[in-house]
Amino acid sequence: MNYLWAFVIGGLICAAGQVLIDLTALTPAKILVLFVTGGVVLSAVGLWEKVAEFAGAGALVPIVGFGHTLAQGMARAVAKEGFIGIFTGGFSACSGGVGASLLFAFFIALLTKPKSQS
Amino acid sequence: MNKVITFQKPVYINATSCVGGKKESEGPLAAGFDSLCKDDYFGMDTWEKAETEMQKRSLRLLLEKCGLKAEDVPLAFGGDLCDQITSTAFAYRDFPMSFLGQYGACSTMAQSMAAAACMVGAGYVQRAVAGASSHFCTAERQFRTPLAYGGKRTPTAQWTVTGAAHALLSDRGSGPMITRVFFGRIVDLGITDANNMGAAMAPAAADTIKNFLRQAGRQVDDYDRIFTGDLGKIGSTLLKQLLQKEGINLHNHQDCGLLIYDMENQNVQSGASGCGCSGCTLSAYIMPKLLKKEYKKILFIATGALLSPTSSMQKESIPSIAHLVEICAGEGDI
Amino acid sequence: MKITKREYKNMAQKASPPSHLAKNCLWAFMVGGAICVLGEGLFNFYKNMGFIISDSRLLASVTLVGLSGILTATGLYGKLAKKAGAGTLIPITGFANAVVSPSMEFKAEGLISGVGARMFIIAGPVIVYGVLASTIYGIFLYFVMPMLR
Repeated sequence: MNYLWAFVIGGLICAAGQVLIDLTALTPAKILVLFVTGGVVLSAVGLWEKVAEFAGAGALVPIVGFGHTLAQGMARAVAKEGFIGIFTGGFSACSGGVGASLLFAFFIALLTKPKSQS
Repeated sequence: MNKVITFQKPVYINATSCVGGKKESEGPLAAGFDSLCKDDYFGMDTWEKAETEMQKRSLRLLLEKCGLKAEDVPLAFGGDLCDQITSTAFAYRDFPMSFLGQYGACSTMAQSMAAAACMVGAGYVQRAVAGASSHFCTAERQFRTPLAYGGKRTPTAQWTVTGAAHALLSDRGSGPMITRVFFGRIVDLGITDANNMGAAMAPAAADTIKNFLRQAGRQVDDYDRIFTGDLGKIGSTLLKQLLQKEGINLHNHQDCGLLIYDMENQNVQSGASGCGCSGCTLSAYIMPKLLKKEYKKILFIATGALLSPTSSMQKESIPSIAHLVEICAGEGDI
Repeated sequence: MKITKREYKNMAQKASPPSHLAKNCLWAFMVGGAICVLGEGLFNFYKNMGFIISDSRLLASVTLVGLSGILTATGLYGKLAKKAGAGTLIPITGFANAVVSPSMEFKAEGLISGVGARMFIIAGPVIVYGVLASTIYGIFLYFVMPMLR
């Protein structure tokens, strides 16, 4: 059941992104920013964790889930470290995904060369 | 107001050459290329070096066809799409001639030819080279996104040709000749979408064609074909509509951007673009037909969208230009 | 030209074919959904291995990032994205693609001013505005929430 919800919710979020690309003048970069900040807001109002409970990765793998992770991390940091948490919360929360991307990107860049397209 | 330049004595196109990459080798004009390389790196380690190498190969082939050495040619005009037209300038490290770099975006081939024709036609030099190149990969990384980045191309987008082309112009010869040139003026009808260059450039082409015909006292019917550089499907449609409004029926029009690739099967959306598009089509498709006298008289009009990544980000609209070269197959066809 | 910018804009819009919205959305839905299902599978895999939920979520993300990196390096991610559009853009794999592809591309300009300086040229805005939004949320939590209680 979780797999079905992951597919449906994840797919719908992506389809919504496609609608924005095709029907508005928004560039992909702007849509990503919209989705990630939207994720922070949806998480802050307590909605996204509820979606994540039944859709699992369907709510977390899209970039909206990245915003959710950021907001959750911030809430944890402020609860634990108080004022300092405001500065550390965001980056600590996204450090896993960003750190992994950075690591892979560096070594892939060392080992490969861009290919032409056709 | 820009003025048509008519040569008292025609300027001969002694030879043309063109070199293309992998996608061009799979297109309908492949047989017309002098050299095609299946490796878009052309044996180099960066895309920019590949484009320079492509220009060098095309230049060597051109000189070979004319039986000339680089020292025999005093002057060259050329350009490309890279920042500071390095691909072209670097290629001329190996060719000791006066070099005048041109930037006209995708109109560069016509701009170079027209400028070179003026210098030859005025008698300042006996011969001059005109050329242009573009490379899909140098253009993507400079104007759009990294090659490995995943993005969907819009239906209005055009595919940058990987190709270099050159022409040797001279004051003597017998073959196809340039009889008039017309340098376009900047036209901007407010298009801002950098993925719809055909729409941005069509008004410039229309402006150049309309004013040329009027000033030269010519009709569309005086020409076997009127070629534009890289308007693609959308730009071509718009050009015809714009000229229709001026009472001009452009019934014999073809666009190089619709000739160089197989529009059905090569996944190029609205068509081809890039300096190499009009240059390679001229050399691979138009010149052979002029030599066989299938065409007696044509107009070659290359169009350029004069935007930069910075101007796009600052939301400027796209000013465009179109330069025109009138070519006749032989003395009797003027 | 006897035509105003507004008239020409309308003409250009009419001449420009629209995107195939339904087809594009179906592709985005299917591919995006499939990537999420893969994420769910990875999450369950790590959870069954004994990791706690938050670690399993992170490990699933890291695995997706790694897979996307490999597909980007081989050029397959770009090929898939030509069809999938937002289906490959919106998932975390799209974020990884946005980090890996400029790193590969700009290696030609060196490890410092190429790879180092341009690695986040596309993904940067997501980090900047994501972290900024969460920081504003943090400020709200720390300063405003206590007053509301």
